[in-house]
Amino acid sequence: MSVAPAEVDRPEIKQDAVPDTPWITIVWNDPVNLMSYVTYVFQTVFGYPKRKANKLMLDVHHKGRAVVSSGTRESMERDAQVLHGYGLWATVSHDS
Amino acid sequence: MSGTGPQEAVTGFRSTRRGVTATFAPTQAGVIRALVSQVAELVGGEQIAPDGAGQQVSAAASPMEGSWDSPEEFAALLGLSDSTVLPEDPVLARLLPDAYRDDPEAAGDFRRYTEQDLRSGKVAAAHTVLATLPEDGGQVLLSDDEARVWLRALNDVRLALGVRLSVTEDFEQRMASLDPDDPRAAYFWVYDWLTYLQETLVRALW
Repeated sequence: MSVAPAEVDRPEIKQDAVPDTPWITIVWNDPVNLMSYVTYVFQTVFGYPKRKANKLMLDVHHKGRAVVSSGTRESMERDAQVLHGYGLWATVSHDS
Repeated sequence: MSGTGPQEAVTGFRSTRRGVTATFAPTQAGVIRALVSQVAELVGGEQIAPDGAGQQVSAAASPMEGSWDSPEEFAALLGLSDSTVLPEDPVLARLLPDAYRDDPEAAGDFRRYTEQDLRSGKVAAAHTVLATLPEDGGQVLLSDDEARVWLRALNDVRLALGVRLSVTEDFEQRMASLDPDDPRAAYFWVYDWLTYLQETLVRALW
């Protein structure tokens, strides 16, 4: 057995890095998906009201992408998986 | 993304008290069935098409020949089942995209855990279309659940065609300026028709 060193090298816990740096799901523009369909998918998948879903769709269309959800990495991967099922081009990334 | 323009002489989906409905000519039904089968075959790696819809046809044949008379040929000529290897086939890459842009390891992990479900979901959607669309056309009557599945299946077909036709945001202009004798004209026409069909289906579900 080893004896613990006098000075334990404790890993620094970055308090601000733990819960408040969410992951995000991004939907990217593509030339095939219909604007109405994308709005419909945002409403169906996230339960967003039509107004919000439509605004996100327009962001995707005009800006090339939009952050459609944020949260834990696991839930963002679930969102991306569902969006892929609908044929939307979705990716997950860390919100930095 | 794309909007839809005015259409002439075609009917789409509409919502009725009995369900979501549309009527298809035999050739239209044949084209949808063949394309949906091709996508399922590509994504699922299995031959699901009845009556040989997945048969390979000589690529030397003119794409215009038999486009509407022989929907199976039409689909085969699109080469939707050319390759099943990721990521070389751009259609598969689009239907089964990476979930991480700049992290191949995370993308690989994600794919390992989710891709099979994604593939089987798309194949199941194709089966639903094949089960509800009579081979010789006619009226289709869908429950809301079935209509939602149709929506995804039609979208997958459009994504596949869109990649093969290199569809961009200026599709309308490209289509309008296409020479009627251009061998790609029939494909563009079908893509445009499917766009219209999907648009009417979204509206029927809203």
